[in-house]
Amino acid sequence: MKRILKLNVNGEDLEILVEGHKTLLEVLREDLGLTGTKRGCDLGTCGACTVLVDGRPWLSCLTLAVAVEKKKITTIEGLAQNGKLHPLQNAFIEKGAIQCGFCTPGMILTAKAFLEENPHPSEEEVKRAISGNLCRCTGYVKIVEAILSASGRESRGE
Amino acid sequence: MSEFNVVGKREPMLDAWEKATGKAKYTDDLSLPGMLFGKILRSPLPHAKILKVDLTEALKVPGVKDAISGRDIPKRKYGIVPKAKDEYALAIEKVRYIGDEVAAVVATSPEAAEEAISRIKVEYEELPAVFDPLEAMKPGAPIIHEEVPDNVSATIRKEFGNVAKAFKDSDFIFEDHFETQPVNHCPMEPQAALAMVDHFGKVTLWSSTQIPFFLRRNLATTLDLPESKVRIIKPKVGGGFGQKIDLYAKDFCAAFFAMRTGRPVKFVYDREEVFTCTRQRHPMYIYLKTGVKKDGTILAQQFRVIADGGAYNSTAPLMITLACFFIMLPYRIENLLFEGYHVYTNKPVGGAMRGHGIPQVRFAVETQLDIIAEKIGIDPLELRLKNAFQAGEPHPAKLLVQSCGFSETLKKAAEAIGWREKRGKLPFGRGVGLAGASFPSGVSNMSHISSGAIVKIERDGSVTLLTGAADIGQGAETVISQIVAEELGVRIEDIRITAADTEITPLDPGTFGSGVTLRAGNAARMAARAAKEKLLEAIAEKMEVSPGELEMKNRRIFLRENPDRGFSFEEAIKIYQYSDRPMPIIGRGSYFPPAKEPTTLLHEDGNFSPAYSFMTQAAEVEVDPKTGRVRVLKMVTAHDCGKAINPMLVEGQLEGSVVGGMGQALYENIIMEKGQVLNPNFLDYGIPTAMEIPSIESIEVETNDPEGPFGAKESGEGTQLSPAPAIVNAIYDAIGVRFKTLPVTPDKVLEALEKRER
Repeated sequence: MKRILKLNVNGEDLEILVEGHKTLLEVLREDLGLTGTKRGCDLGTCGACTVLVDGRPWLSCLTLAVAVEKKKITTIEGLAQNGKLHPLQNAFIEKGAIQCGFCTPGMILTAKAFLEENPHPSEEEVKRAISGNLCRCTGYVKIVEAILSASGRESRGE
Repeated sequence: MSEFNVVGKREPMLDAWEKATGKAKYTDDLSLPGMLFGKILRSPLPHAKILKVDLTEALKVPGVKDAISGRDIPKRKYGIVPKAKDEYALAIEKVRYIGDEVAAVVATSPEAAEEAISRIKVEYEELPAVFDPLEAMKPGAPIIHEEVPDNVSATIRKEFGNVAKAFKDSDFIFEDHFETQPVNHCPMEPQAALAMVDHFGKVTLWSSTQIPFFLRRNLATTLDLPESKVRIIKPKVGGGFGQKIDLYAKDFCAAFFAMRTGRPVKFVYDREEVFTCTRQRHPMYIYLKTGVKKDGTILAQQFRVIADGGAYNSTAPLMITLACFFIMLPYRIENLLFEGYHVYTNKPVGGAMRGHGIPQVRFAVETQLDIIAEKIGIDPLELRLKNAFQAGEPHPAKLLVQSCGFSETLKKAAEAIGWREKRGKLPFGRGVGLAGASFPSGVSNMSHISSGAIVKIERDGSVTLLTGAADIGQGAETVISQIVAEELGVRIEDIRITAADTEITPLDPGTFGSGVTLRAGNAARMAARAAKEKLLEAIAEKMEVSPGELEMKNRRIFLRENPDRGFSFEEAIKIYQYSDRPMPIIGRGSYFPPAKEPTTLLHEDGNFSPAYSFMTQAAEVEVDPKTGRVRVLKMVTAHDCGKAINPMLVEGQLEGSVVGGMGQALYENIIMEKGQVLNPNFLDYGIPTAMEIPSIESIEVETNDPEGPFGAKESGEGTQLSPAPAIVNAIYDAIGVRFKTLPVTPDKVLEALEKRER
């Protein structure tokens, strides 16, 4: 049965009519047109669908949309502010951390939440933080580099 | 100081910004008004006759708009290799593996399509099935395709030199058996297709494909339409690694239902379908016999390779040919006999995967080289250097190798891993190993390998580039743009590229066989040159000099001898325009790799590729004798890519490929029981995560190939040939146990260690 759902997505309050069984991933992609969030496995095993819920990384394919009502949801589309990219986005672009790009949104959002908790991580800590986000193209090397470089940049307030 | 301005630069990928902001559109991100959603019913049996498919109940589900079974489709077979077509878009008379497509539906929602699929009634008559290629080759085995009664659907037998005599002349002969496992490509983006049909009956298909022009041909075939009625557009593709070469039922069904219903139709595979019903790396049985002299010279090699093809051919004849051709390099082997067989079984289908038939055989060769080195008392590095092929050397099978940095990759990789200090000298549980390989930069025979490009110099000083090349995340569009920018003396941001749309862009074979940079790069460079010549002619006339005295660089056209005399790019375009020359300034390029003596190459000798890349992987590992777990501490990948057009992208290719190779050495394996895949998800299959990655050092060896654009050759695919043997050789150095079966899982290590203690 459909119901009215109040969501806050990327700073915007929305009211949408959805089936109760819809996942957050489905609602984002199909109802809100936010296709930056990717569907990679539908089992919570690849991390491509990661979004932030109240700042925490969340697997949107395993989350019912009704379960995150009134929480703040951030998708990759909401990361750049006033046309200015987030330092992680810049770092991913410049360091060659993006190849096919399918894991990128989830990877960047996971890294964002992680760096907010741990602004000066070691390489091992970065690897652990993104170990739930799979990538088949890069071998993770440049992704780790990008996250480390963004952490440095953030600490310098750039 | 580099002679180039754009080539050789670490340019970020042109579409990285779109991908970092979530704006990049992949096939499943596209929607059209009134779009229907499709779902496919698949066989639960490995081998059975289809007696009856009843769609009645499915059609009653609210929202369902259409349903079909194999009996409703044109009876047209398809396949990548024309002579090996053996597959219908939906199974017609029988199913040949668990997952074979039986029926399909479209509905106004994915849920309704799912519900409808569960209501289709199929009556099967189960047939005996066969799951092992050795069993399938035996007389009396179940026949999987009636037209191939022995189940051997592709073979190659190639011999040169005098193998029997060479074995007689050998001081030592080594014989070993090796086995490799099925591996899934695991692109992060599952396969998807979206189709619509226009007023004139033309089908447009957006598809997650690596080869749009081949897909156009196969789709037209299966729909029974002329090619001109089919348009393929490749949106962003989330990785392919060979798995997005084939046409799949989702492509056919999207198009066929769009034709039947008049509405746009989308099909998206779920992850289980990607694991079980697309393609996988062929598991192989490899018998290898090698004869050597006391000093380590390889005199002869003999191979018997049996590839488990699963239920259909896909690339079978090409795969088994490549397996043969790339054991003819990177070592000098004067006498060789290769017998290869592609065998049908009632299992998921083998197809092209990064390295395509070669990593399996390379694993055997490189593992055995270490066995040989130990037996005759030569350092494995020295043994390889001794037999390493060199540029310009006559090749016994007439391959034409114009550039070859193999020896250099061996030396550099060995140095970087600390070979001399570490090999045989580390404590128990630690070891180093290395392995070499060679790979083509596209093929020059037996295929449709022309690539075209169009370059237009626009009035505002920008450049429009049309290429058929299919970027699937490797950065082809960026690299080709760099080549054009360099040729025209402009910045990369001046280039606007449109790629991989069969209606707009010129023909290109697509992303396979590592030919994109060389093939599409050469075509684009030719097109840029043709446009440039037109512009230079106008400026030469204006300056009263000959075009040969002019140079185009830094967005200026000037006299080489007196750089102050000249015009800006914009001024030059104006001069061209006002000299009453026809606009637009357009150049066309069409590249066909040189093939002096076109042969089938299966029996005759001849050249195979316009250029060959060479590489060495070296590994340092740590084996925990308590748990059997192998940890790769460091991987070195030294790669002769001719010339790195974009070193950052080359590194990215090498790093990703090495980690994939590591996964195949240690973790990855599609586990099957009676044709049923038991681990069709990431959790149970287990590709490497960031936690497992070693430190990786990439070394680019540049040899400037005369055929490649600005000297460039392949990178990234050949890299996946040798990580597994390098790791397995390092494991031997660490614990003294030799593994001949992949992957080397902890249980195998523990079992081997226990056996050794006893």
